[in-house]
Amino acid sequence: MEQKLLLLGDEAIAQGAIDAGLSAIFAYPGTPSTEITEYVQHSAQATKTGIRSSWSANEKTAMEAGLGVSYVGKRAMVCMKHVGLNVAADAFINAGMTGANGGLIVVSADDPSMHSSQNEQDSRFYGKFAMIPTLEPSNQQEAYDMVFYGFELSERLGTPVLFRITTRLAHSRAAVSRRAVLPQNEIRLSSDLKQFILLPALARKRYKGLLKSQALFIDESENSGNNQYFEGPDKSLGIIACGIAWNYLMENYPDRVIPFPVIKITQYPAPRNMIEKLVDECKEVLLLEEGAPLIEELLKGILSKNLHIKGRLDGTVPRDGELNPNIVAVALGLENTRGSEIPEIVVGRPPSLCMGCSHRDAYDALGEALAKYSKGRVFSDIGCYTLGALEPFNAINSCVDMGASITMAKGAADVGFVPAIAVIGDSTFTHSGMTGLLDAVNDESNITVIIADNSTTGMTGGQKSAANGKIEAICQALGVEEAHIKVIKPLKKFHEENVKIIQEELDYAGVSVIIPRRECIQTLNKKMREKAKDK
Amino acid sequence: MKKDIILAGVGGQGILTIAATIGWAAVEAGLFLKQAEVHGMSQRGGDVQSNLRLSDKDIASDLIPFGKADMILSVEPLESLRYLPMLSPKGWLITNIEPFINIPNYPEMDAIMAEIEKLPFFVALDAELIAKEIGSVRSANMVMLGAASPFLDIDYHFLENAISKLFGKKGDKIVGQNLEAMKAGRKVAEEKIGGR
Repeated sequence: MEQKLLLLGDEAIAQGAIDAGLSAIFAYPGTPSTEITEYVQHSAQATKTGIRSSWSANEKTAMEAGLGVSYVGKRAMVCMKHVGLNVAADAFINAGMTGANGGLIVVSADDPSMHSSQNEQDSRFYGKFAMIPTLEPSNQQEAYDMVFYGFELSERLGTPVLFRITTRLAHSRAAVSRRAVLPQNEIRLSSDLKQFILLPALARKRYKGLLKSQALFIDESENSGNNQYFEGPDKSLGIIACGIAWNYLMENYPDRVIPFPVIKITQYPAPRNMIEKLVDECKEVLLLEEGAPLIEELLKGILSKNLHIKGRLDGTVPRDGELNPNIVAVALGLENTRGSEIPEIVVGRPPSLCMGCSHRDAYDALGEALAKYSKGRVFSDIGCYTLGALEPFNAINSCVDMGASITMAKGAADVGFVPAIAVIGDSTFTHSGMTGLLDAVNDESNITVIIADNSTTGMTGGQKSAANGKIEAICQALGVEEAHIKVIKPLKKFHEENVKIIQEELDYAGVSVIIPRRECIQTLNKKMREKAKDK
Repeated sequence: MKKDIILAGVGGQGILTIAATIGWAAVEAGLFLKQAEVHGMSQRGGDVQSNLRLSDKDIASDLIPFGKADMILSVEPLESLRYLPMLSPKGWLITNIEPFINIPNYPEMDAIMAEIEKLPFFVALDAELIAKEIGSVRSANMVMLGAASPFLDIDYHFLENAISKLFGKKGDKIVGQNLEAMKAGRKVAEEKIGGR
């Protein structure tokens, strides 16, 4: 079936999954992974075939639900951004231990250069850590095709498969050819009903099995065709290009002929035989990896003997940040091109809270309520409201990980730093804030929690928030006193009233929750546009 | 044939609509295409760009190498200057001159224009004004696409078809307005080339 679609890398993965017999996708939104799940949600084909696709509360619940689908023998995909895999890690690593029954693919979208993230961790380490196969397509077509392979591999070798992409592939569009659509699997449990019981005695057995599988995984890396060895006449250099780095390498050879031997790697564990051959026959070896120097470290080790291994560790390639054609050109000793410099008058234009955003009014009120105290009291979280860190607000003092606002404020307050304020969004609260709030209630911590409720997952483009309509009930159920759960309307005209309420709760020696509630201006505008269209 | 284009603007200005229109046209014209977009945090009023690459041969990198872009197409004047290191010495800068001011230290427009006018190849136009003149204020982006169209090496009718296809759902009136906006932008660029 030849039908070309113009797809983002994310969308290619989604279409690949739909075509490869997917039964369910589970995810929490996170740039650059969000569009995978959104594509499935908007796909008529997925709706028709009944593929389950609504958002999960966080990446861990998503991962576990995916494992449940695999348990019954159907195919599942779980998607997240790289730091989401930290949240899902407990389930993810142990899924390596249980293995899979139905095909299970975990997509982790890394963000080197931190375009929209707190760090640039490389998910391939997680693949190695869990000791499971990892796929890293270099382009949109490979992304589509490798989903088919990933599900097949997962079922054939009984293992979850990690699918690692980076921002550039996730958010770049190209034409993709489709394959024939596969039907979904029927429910069929594992022949071993103890496979998923990681009781120590059984887990030890599973672990021996996982260790034994490593040789099979390496064989697969050598022979699947996803890793390729290209001969080259000039042995002064050998090149190993991983994932999207392959594209930047090829960009530097317009006729697509490279004089050096090259290994293209899109599947891990690393293909040992291929690499051994390259290292043996070439004088120097250049590693091009998008992200961390994972293979480079494997080859180089901690000793300073293997000086012929070049890459991010010896400065041939910058140690941090994403690659591009120019960085690769420099590493190859080719000409580094550049246009004219940016004129001096050009100033930065950082992202900012939208005009009319409810967070602006909430921060104005909070700022005034805090004016009489020393600075540095606001622990914040991950979401649009993190932009409160920038001018002119300068309203927050921390942003670490999902949920850390409440727990960091609690820690600070517990040792005498009062008032301590947490600012967290509605979706982030149900993602990872609830357990921290329970800790604070149980410990009678003196904190004021502001749950900025704009009724959506805003930063990633307005996905449905799991917290919708449930926040007060959740806070009460966790033990926050009803008298100290205050809902306010963040609007200029209520400013004085809002400042007063915040001040009262700052004065209260216990857990208070203030909920500034007003819909995200973006989702509101979108709704108005859709309404206007229907008329 | 190869056209590497940097699309520039501010988050929310709709550069992806321009990218999508050129993309459709390029596919119809049988070209290879890669288009890297910016999603996420920067979309909240920050500077955004898209790398759009068209070629009659396969395209390797999703990113355009520095100094190799054939065109910067910017819907905002300050943003047009931000990507000059990407532009080839022979490349064109096509920019809207209506500023989008959402920062306190936005430079003087005269200084921005002076920098634009230093370039050997540029077309600078007030897309909002032109869109308003033809009675379609929301079509400024299509005016900009029109201004870029003589440099794209894609037959004009492919661009017209792409607009019909992308705006078709919104009705004939919207399609008509966008086609007219593109034509008006193209006229400005053609006059500029003719006048050189």
